[in-house]
Amino acid sequence: MSAEQAAALEALMAEVFTGVELNLYLDTHPWDEQALMCFNRHSAQLMELKHAYEARYGPLLGFGYSPSPDKWRWNMSPWPWEMA
Amino acid sequence: MWIYQKSLEYPVRITKTDPRMALLIITQYGGPDGESAASMRYLSQRFAMPTNESKAVLNDIGTEELAHFEMVGSMVRQLMKNATPEQIKAAGAGGYFADHGKGVWMGNAEGVPFTAAYFQSKDEVIANLHEDLAAEEKARATYEYLIRMADDPDVIDALRFLRMREVVHFQRFGETLVSVQAAMDEKKFY
Repeated sequence: MSAEQAAALEALMAEVFTGVELNLYLDTHPWDEQALMCFNRHSAQLMELKHAYEARYGPLLGFGYSPSPDKWRWNMSPWPWEMA
Repeated sequence: MWIYQKSLEYPVRITKTDPRMALLIITQYGGPDGESAASMRYLSQRFAMPTNESKAVLNDIGTEELAHFEMVGSMVRQLMKNATPEQIKAAGAGGYFADHGKGVWMGNAEGVPFTAAYFQSKDEVIANLHEDLAAEEKARATYEYLIRMADDPDVIDALRFLRMREVVHFQRFGETLVSVQAAMDEKKFY
């Protein structure tokens, strides 16, 4: 994986983590409108980053949630545990 | 249903080989307070949760624990991957190597295999949530013991992230317990 791809993936991972954290927070604070707005803002940002990343580097999600135009790219390395 | 995302939750990039540390960290993969026990505990207990909030919290934390299970497995693999059999033997990990090579297996730091006896799942929301609160604190303590034994900043960084998540989960379970108790009080008629 190139340094450029690794940086793009890390930016996306940061956005996903924000989503994880806000999702858990909203599970117990569903009335918090500011958190809800923040969640939706990050969700939109994540979708943008996901589409840009996938167009350049291939699918991020399995089972049909990411397209694989031209050829099957899901099984390409590196896998997440091989990033050292 | 789960959808796999081809990334870790938080980066794990360990280049320094350390089979001894690998086989200490492995307890958070398949040990009593590890991520597999946590995930299986919450994903099993969620079926008996009585409120929308508690169902969501157990479901979502149980799912995040799967991502932690993957992070810990990645750490073990990266710490072991380039070790020679001699290094592994010198690190006191020869028994593990004899049984698993450098494969990542679910056991504690002493080689005791994973067991479902590490957690409970009852049709009792109060009992389940108290167990969950204790589980998060026990996992936090284990990460702190591991951090004290680690010297590689890349290992410490990932362990600190995982420790922090235990603190956040404890917080969410505490809020869930309070709201479940409030919902139970409302339903009492005398």
